[in-house]
Amino acid sequence: MRDSDIAHAVGGAHGVRHRLLVLVNSLAIFAAFLLLWELVIRAGHVPPFILPSPWRVAEVIHERFPALAQSFMITAVTASVGLVASIVAGVGVALVFAQSRWTRRLLYPYTLLLQTVPIVAITPLIILWVGAGTGAVTLITFIICLAPIIANTTQGLISVDENLIHLFLMHNATRGQVLFKLRLRNAIPSLFVGIRISAGIAVIGAITGELFAGSSSVGRGGLGYSIIYASQQLQTDYLFALIVASALLGFSFYFIVYFLEWYFLHEWHESARTPEVE
Amino acid sequence: MSAQPRRAQDFAVPQIEFAGVAKKYDRLILDGLNFSVTKGDFVSILGPSGCGKSTVLKLISGLTPANSGTILVDGMTPKNARETMSFIFQDPTLLPWRTVRANAGLGLELERVPREKRDEKVDALLELVGLSHVARAYPRQLSGGMKMRLSIARALATDPRLLLMDEPFAALDEMTRDRMNEELLRLRDEQKWTVVFVTHSVAEAVFLSTRIIVLSANPGRIHADIPVMLPAARAADLRTTPEFEQCVTAISRTLWEARTA
Ligand SMILES: Nc1ncnc2c1ncn2[C@@H]1O[C@H](COP(=O)(O)OP(=O)(O)O)[C@@H](O)[C@H]1O
Ligand SMILES: [Mg+2]
Repeated sequence: MRDSDIAHAVGGAHGVRHRLLVLVNSLAIFAAFLLLWELVIRAGHVPPFILPSPWRVAEVIHERFPALAQSFMITAVTASVGLVASIVAGVGVALVFAQSRWTRRLLYPYTLLLQTVPIVAITPLIILWVGAGTGAVTLITFIICLAPIIANTTQGLISVDENLIHLFLMHNATRGQVLFKLRLRNAIPSLFVGIRISAGIAVIGAITGELFAGSSSVGRGGLGYSIIYASQQLQTDYLFALIVASALLGFSFYFIVYFLEWYFLHEWHESARTPEVE
Repeated sequence: MSAQPRRAQDFAVPQIEFAGVAKKYDRLILDGLNFSVTKGDFVSILGPSGCGKSTVLKLISGLTPANSGTILVDGMTPKNARETMSFIFQDPTLLPWRTVRANAGLGLELERVPREKRDEKVDALLELVGLSHVARAYPRQLSGGMKMRLSIARALATDPRLLLMDEPFAALDEMTRDRMNEELLRLRDEQKWTVVFVTHSVAEAVFLSTRIIVLSANPGRIHADIPVMLPAARAADLRTTPEFEQCVTAISRTLWEARTA
């Protein structure tokens, strides 16, 4: 026990040092890349509307920060609402699917449809029905996030060890007890697999949605809407600033989901490892 | 204690009765099963793999219905008698998201026993099976033997009078298994359970049982039903006596006959 503790402590310290080194290295490479980019622009007299220098992009982020932050927030909220709605609805549909093989056979083709029809193909229809603006974008995000949630949660709900079901039956468990204390708990890791996938496409979906259905009021919209606007105005420096903001939004979603998954699963799930007791 | 006979007169009440029981899945698995288990019996079921040993336990517990014949447990249908039974599966069958303590209390929780009563009982049982020090750990942190002891603690929490055990120690190494066998007998003498125990180890069956049922395969029928004529009070050193050896040899021969029958 003592020895393995020490081994873990040493391993831990070693791991942290290793990760720090990797981080420092990648930051150095990134800085070198920016520097090279800056130098090429200055030496080569590239016009800023073709390719702005990193310094210019930093400047425009600073100058137009309020507008940028507003676009960021609009897209963040739309993507979050679409994602959360898809989680709620997706788990609900999965609960129906989990009832019997028969309901799965009957309804599964529709999920497949949801997954295979390109969203851009139905976007005009959505705009026609609900009008351009945040509502349409949220709906688009919702639709593309739904299938991964349904598929993964259903899988988690139905792949319960038969003996666990028998165990519950031996104690005369009610349907509700089997559902809440067994099936839903069992489905949480796979639900998170679905959420991880959907969180990635939620940001892409919201921005793509905004490209088409971005705003009902001119001059005020999310990242996708502003990207279209900036490109039409040849504000390439601001376009770059928007790209940076989009990447940041994608990263934020990734890290929030990663953290939630760790928070809910790290104590018991095999994906996290802790030393054996005894 | 040691003078107390295993099958005392006041125990001789049938707790399980099988009359002409047959079970079919895609083919006939079990056919014409007639036997009864008396209160206080420790009956082991031996037989070639796939002959339907686990199915017998599922029939007793009502987890699967019989296709013909009648099964009575305490004079009731298996489903109605579930409150008196606990099932111990080959795998520990734990909920990975629950701590050791919460796993041990699962049965009581499902039966809606109030929290305080539950905790009191669970803590006493964890003490009994030697898991108090890991009460807050999660199953994946336990060794195989510890998981099995947890699974036993959970089964005991609901005060069963009938234990159904399906190769509970098959995944353990021999030394751990022997120790668990001894602990099981000690608990049984204390708690006076009736036990139906499936195993593929003849030595384990002989060491534990008052009676051994040997099944033949395709379809599974009772090939032999043999009382184990060994002293009621058994300790580890029984395994080294010539009587034990003789018994193991005799049962092994019967099992071999069942296989080739
Ligand atoms: N749920 C089931 N559906 C279909 N066949 C089953 C099922 N359970 C068991 N069987 C079959 O019944 C036979 C006996 O199984 P089992 O009782 O598990 O055997 P044992 O425990 O003696 O190894 C096997 O051939 C197995 O394939
Ligand atoms: Mg079996």
